[in-house]
Order: sequence, then structure tokens, then C-alpha cells
Amino acid sequence: MKITSYRRDPSQEFSFTPENLKKAKVFMARYPDGRQASAVISLLYIAQAQNGGWVSPAAIEHVAEVLDMAPVRVHEVSTFYTMFNLKPVGKHLIQVCRTTPCWLRGAADLTRTCQDKLGVGLKEMSEDGLFTVMEVECLGACANAPMVQINDDYYEDLTPERLSEIIDDLRDGKEVPVGPQTGRQGSAPEGGPATLTDVPPSGSKRAKEDTGTGKGA
Amino acid sequence: MPKLTIDGREIEVADGLTVLQACELAGVEIPRFCYHERLSVAGNCRMCLVEMERSPKPVASCAMPVGEGMVIRTDTPLVEKARKGVMEFLLINHPLDCPICDQGGECDLQDQAMAYGSDRGRFEENKRAVKEKYMGPLIKTIMTRCIHCTRCVRFATEVAGVEEIGALGRGEHLEISTLEQAINSELSGNLADVCPVGALTSRPYAFTARSWELRKTNSVDTLDAVGSNIRIDSRGREVMRVLPRLHEDVNEEWLADKSRYSCDGLGRQRLDRPYVRRDGKLREASWEEAFGAIRERLSGVSGDKIAALAGDQCDAESMMALKDLMTSLKSPNLDCRQDGAKLDPNHRGGYLFNTGIAGIEQADAILLVAANPRWEAPLINARIRKRFLSGGLEVGAIGVPKDLSYPVAQLGAGPDTLAELAAGKGDFAKVLKGAERPMIVLGMAGLTRPDGAAVLALARQVAEKFNMVRDSWNGFNVLHTAAARVAGLDLGFVPGSGGRDVEGILDGAAKGEIEALYLLGADEIDMSRLGGETFVIYQGHHGDSGAHRADVILPGAAYTEKNGTYTNTEGRVQLGRLAAFPPGEAREDWTILRALSEVVGTRLPYDNLGELRQRLIEVNAVFAALDTLEPAAWGDFGAAGKLDAAPFGVAVENYYMTDPISRASETMAKCAAELGLGPQAKATGTDG
Repeated sequence: MKITSYRRDPSQEFSFTPENLKKAKVFMARYPDGRQASAVISLLYIAQAQNGGWVSPAAIEHVAEVLDMAPVRVHEVSTFYTMFNLKPVGKHLIQVCRTTPCWLRGAADLTRTCQDKLGVGLKEMSEDGLFTVMEVECLGACANAPMVQINDDYYEDLTPERLSEIIDDLRDGKEVPVGPQTGRQGSAPEGGPATLTDVPPSGSKRAKEDTGTGKGA
Repeated sequence: MPKLTIDGREIEVADGLTVLQACELAGVEIPRFCYHERLSVAGNCRMCLVEMERSPKPVASCAMPVGEGMVIRTDTPLVEKARKGVMEFLLINHPLDCPICDQGGECDLQDQAMAYGSDRGRFEENKRAVKEKYMGPLIKTIMTRCIHCTRCVRFATEVAGVEEIGALGRGEHLEISTLEQAINSELSGNLADVCPVGALTSRPYAFTARSWELRKTNSVDTLDAVGSNIRIDSRGREVMRVLPRLHEDVNEEWLADKSRYSCDGLGRQRLDRPYVRRDGKLREASWEEAFGAIRERLSGVSGDKIAALAGDQCDAESMMALKDLMTSLKSPNLDCRQDGAKLDPNHRGGYLFNTGIAGIEQADAILLVAANPRWEAPLINARIRKRFLSGGLEVGAIGVPKDLSYPVAQLGAGPDTLAELAAGKGDFAKVLKGAERPMIVLGMAGLTRPDGAAVLALARQVAEKFNMVRDSWNGFNVLHTAAARVAGLDLGFVPGSGGRDVEGILDGAAKGEIEALYLLGADEIDMSRLGGETFVIYQGHHGDSGAHRADVILPGAAYTEKNGTYTNTEGRVQLGRLAAFPPGEAREDWTILRALSEVVGTRLPYDNLGELRQRLIEVNAVFAALDTLEPAAWGDFGAAGKLDAAPFGVAVENYYMTDPISRASETMAKCAAELGLGPQAKATGTDG
């Protein structure tokens, strides 16, 4: 009687691997009995990771089954949040931040570089199946603008040239250092610290207090 | 009881109401789209904004609970401006296609745009367009018109209990969707009613009529035994559509799909003139010839060789007339229980839904015996679901397991489980014992069996054991599937002394002991059991199985074409009214019987409907009290006997095709095919 599947292609299959199912159970256990549906976003993330970066209808329906939800409710969640990809994506998903700080620092050039280099439009997969480019809203690394996120890592302080190199390296399977690409430490000022340069001498009262409170907090 | 001031007037309202409800009580109209009194509050259309003192901005009145000393204003420039603004936003993406929209003329958006909107918009960009969605053969979608109120999503989830409609995407890109599946609900037609715009409309009715050119007739539905109040919209002789009419105690404001959408069956396969079988073939005839053929065949036949069966959709008047006719022919062989249900006509309490449909909301434990309310009476099922949603309801079922849209403890499959329960064994017995207002619902599948009388007695035993029947509460319920059944039992359309019941009539007809059989709209009996020599008179409105077997066909009126009295499963007497005249030579049923009585015997002693209704009241006073529920007398009904161990069957195998009208309906056939129920195995007459 009840509709349990919206799959056009019944050959699609998905179920959690034993490890992922264990992980899913951890998330589900965080909510009181009968409220397991609250874990839907976490489970969709796990499913997306297992399914190669996107959630297929089969994956969505598997999550619904695990959580005992109506499939359409999980479809609602997965279409509401932009972080869930509903179409297959390349091995490297390049998300270019396009919100104001990055945009002012040249995010539009990064997007154009990616598109020209890969010969694809936004949200399209390159022919070799390695790359998909999309624009996203603020990723919260404004001090290092412009930046992109590739899969789980941030690549910051980019120039179009540097991004082009990164794409080449990823295509060749080389390792690329994550974080700022100009050599600066985190979001510290370029060229080294400009303030708090007077490091208190070791053994001073202030340094001791710092180490003392650091652990407690 | 908080006291608040609305537009300068003080009003005291109950706790827990919203500002919008308080405004309504104060007689102030608040425009709204997403708010619906029978659904949960969404608060997303913002049309109901009002000004509240000490609030920096207008508040959504549908989602704001009333508080002591609130000062609400609905007539300020701020409110007017807010409404105009909201309306302008809503209309940004709404197409200007009212002239070709089926909702036009009865559209909330159209009306409220006229009342509260501006006469122009400032939007000059492109409008959004949304692809149409597939929601099955009943609901047509034009999703560009959708204003995202989510009433349909809430209706499906809450009232219908099928979580199959969702709001996919977000913001401007939000789309209502069933993911291209037909909605699997018997209440899906109501989606078109709750939709405040023309996004969801009736697919069969699409582009057939404008609402203002239809004649509206208040009537009663006969496709199930709920007795839903309906409004029949007709144009000329054609019934264009059927809509629900508000009756809080019966159907609230909903209507089941079969009742709503089988009206296209009223125009197909109709019997529009009398037929007489000559040389093995049915040939068109005049009324005189048909009556002549009947007189010829009946003359000299003794009364005990004549029998009559009344069908499931007969009005009380025609059954009364047929009963009186049979009495004048001295025939005791009549039955209105063509499915063979072993109901006891002597104890009204033993064949009614005594709790009442609204009474379900007070029950705290329900035992379903051989009943599938979702198919036998979808609106009763919706009431049980409503009760379930308010919490603290236990439901147990004996019979074929079904998804009823609420959790059900499956106790067993056959009468043995019921016997165990009667003996106080099992977990559910404890539930019933502990319940304050337990009720039992006995379906037709339990009564049509050979041991039906024993099942009925056992159900009575269960009701008595768990104290379901007391002064203030009667928890014994029979769930009928036939709209005519209760009235038939009330007026005694059952075997007289020494008379045969339906089984006896069929046996007698096979053996040649019954020479003439009068079928008043009775199509659900096994016609192949009738002997070849039996003279069958069929009076009815559709060319269904009865007409195929008949020797004389007298064309009658369908329920939309006559004034008639119907008693629903609760015992509520209601009047159906004529919305369109019967086609061709067909006539109102009681007039046919009255005319026939003059030809074959004694003239029936009533000349008009009023006199016939007076006769009904003489026979049983319940027919005098319209639309009321009288507590029915409890009695010693049913007969203890040997129980068959076989599990209970089902009373309704295919929800969409249960009677001549729905079997003739194309829409219903599409629904059945969509849900994989398949075409009815036996010939329906619609195949030519």
C-alpha cells in the first residue's frame, strides 16, 4: 500500500557498509527514542561520502528506511540543503566561495579559470570524471580570500594561476598542500606577525598562568 | 479565559486559541492562505498579519496565541499596507491565467486579491515557471500557480495519513511534489479543495465547466454507508462534479474519492428506456409493454414463488413501495441484504454504528473485527486517524492485515481470536478492560459468512463483557458498506414469516421454486445462480450484472436524480435531493413501483412523495427525525452457533469499483489501474 520507493531505475542499489552503519547508529543514539529522524542530515552526509560525493535516490531511500521515515521526507531534506549533491560529481569537487570578501578579491576569476581549464559549466562534471566546479556561499575563510574548497580541504589565498596548478597536480595525482597557498601561517598576517611580537620570556608569571589555564579551559 | 481587545471591542475567548481564531469569534475577517482550521499551523503565507500593541512589527495572527490584555487592530493603515505587500509578493510568480483556470470564480487568491490587493504590481522581471507534476488520475497540477502554502502537504500527512507529498527544494525553487507518483489515498480529492489557488485541481473536471454556471444541489452521498453530505454541481442534465458539504458529525468537510469522482459513471451505461426480453434478446419497449410483460408472467403465480431483493443504493421510499407491493402480492420473500449479511433486523442496536462517527473521537480503544475502514468507509477511517493523532488510542484488528494509516495491533485472522478475546484472553483484552470508552467495529466481511450470526453474537458478547454498552456510551458498531442497508432494515425489507432470505431466494431460483425475482438495483448477487427459467425484473439505473440477466428492465433514477431518504451506518436519516432529471424514459423509482402496482395488483395507497414518507414514518418512527441520532435499543441479537475456523475475508476487494455507478466510471477504472487493482474480473457492462 505505502509508497516506499521513487526510483525510476530499480537497478540502483544502496546500503550502508557495516562501518558506516555503525557510524550511523552512533548519530542515531544521540537522540531520544522515537526521535531518530533527527539524525537525518548526519546520515545523509555518511551516505553521500559512501556514494562518491552525491546522494542517489537509492541512498536517500536507504536513509529513510534506516530512520523509519517516509522517503519523501528525506527527499525534502536532501533537496533543501545545497550541501547534498543530487547528481554525480567528479572525484574532486571544487567549491568556489563567491560571497563578498572572496568576490572582491577575485573569486569570479577563479570560477572562470576552473571553467575554462576544465571545459565545463557550473555543476557539470569534466569529461574525465575528475572534476566538478560549483559556486557556493561564504565558507567562513574570509581572511584568506579568495579561496576554494576541494572535497574536504580548504585552499586559500589563491590566484587563478595557483588554482590552475592545483588542478593540474590533482589530475596527476600529486599531493597538494592544503591551506594558504602563499606560505603564510593560517590567517596570520602576511610576512609574519605584526603585533604581539614581544614574546614574554619563558618562566615569567604570565607564561606560567597561560599554561596553567590553558588545560582547564 | 484571556480577555483581549480586537478593533476596539473587548472579547473573552478560550485558552489556547490563536489571534486569528479570536478575530473570527469577534466577527472580524482575516485573510489567509496557509492557515486551515483542520490542519496544523504553518504560518508561511503571511497574509494574516495584524497589528498588535507593543509589537514593533505586524504579527502573523494564525500562529500567535492569544494572551491576556492583548490589543489587536486589523483596520489600520499598517495592516492594510502589510496585506497589500504580501499580496504583491504572492502575485509576483503567480500567472495571470484566471480566465482559463479551473479555480477561477472560487479561488481564495482571486477573491483576496480583489479584496485586499493592489490593482497593479511593480514587478517587471520574468516570472518563475514550474513543470507540472504527476499526482495520479484525480489531481491535475499546474504548479506555476502554487503559492507554497503547504496545505496539501499537511493534509496528506495529517488527515489522509499518507506521507507522500513533500515540498522539495527551497525558497523560490520550492516545489510541491509526490515524486511523480499517484497519491495512494482514498481522500486525495480533498487536496483540490484545500488548495487555495488553482495549483491542484480536479483532473476529471478540468476545463468542463465554470463554477458560476453550475446549479448547486445539496444532497447525500450513497456510494458508501457514511452518508457524507455533498453538493452536486450540475449543468442541465449532467452532473459535472460532486463536492463535500460541511457536516461536523459525519464527513466534516472531506469527501472520499469514490463519492467525489465516480460521477462520470452517472452518464455512462445508463438504462434510459424499458427493455423486454423476447426470443432471448433484450429489446427496447415502451412502459406499457414492459408492464404488460410483467403482468402476463406474474398472473397466476402464487406469492411465495415471487421474491424481491433491494440493492445497496436504494432510497428508503422505493424500498417501502416495493415492500408494500410484495405484501399486496402476498410474497414474504424479500431481503435488502444482498451480500447475505446475517444482521438481525429486530434489534436496531445490533445493526447500527452506535457510537456515531463523531463519537469515535471519545473512544480510547478500538477493536476492528473483519473491517477495513480505509476502504469500506474512508471518512470513518479518517476520524479514527484524527482520534489517533490526539493521542492515547489503542487499535487492535482481527482480519486481513491492512495499512490503515495509524498503528494497529494485529490480533489474529479469524473468529477464534474473537472468541479468545470474549473469554478475556490475550493482551488486547487487558487493553479493552482498562479502557474507559472501548468500542468494537464489526465489518461486513464478518457477517456475510455462513457463520455470520454466530460472529455477530460473539461480537455482542465481547461488547457486553468489556462493558462497551452502558447508559452514556455505546461502543458496539456495525460498519456498513451499503448506503441503503440501514434504511432497509429499519423499514423491515427482510423476509416475512416463512419467507426466504437472499440465500433462500437464490437457492429457490436455482431449483425453480422462485418463479419471479424483482431486483431493485441489486447487482451484487451471483446472477449465475439464478435458474434459466426464473423471470427477473430489474429496476435500476445502470446496465450492470442485474440488467444483463433481466427479462424486463425498468429504468430508474440514480441517487442524483431523485428525492430520497437514506439512513447512514450510524442510523442518521438524511435527505438526498434531485439535482438532474433521469435520462430518457427513466423515472424516479417509487413512481415506477406505484405505476406497476396498478397493473399487477392493488394500487399502492400513496400518490406523492409526502404520503409515501408518511407511510415510512408509520412503519418506523425513526424516519421522522432527520439528521439526528437516537440511542438504539440493545437486545439479544445474533445466534450462538458453531464458528467456522476460516479467517475473515474482505468486504471490499477494490475500493474504486463497488457498485454500478463506480463500475461505469472511467475515472474509477483509471484509479484502480493506477494502484494495480486491475479491472474487475467479471464483466462490468462497460465493455459493450
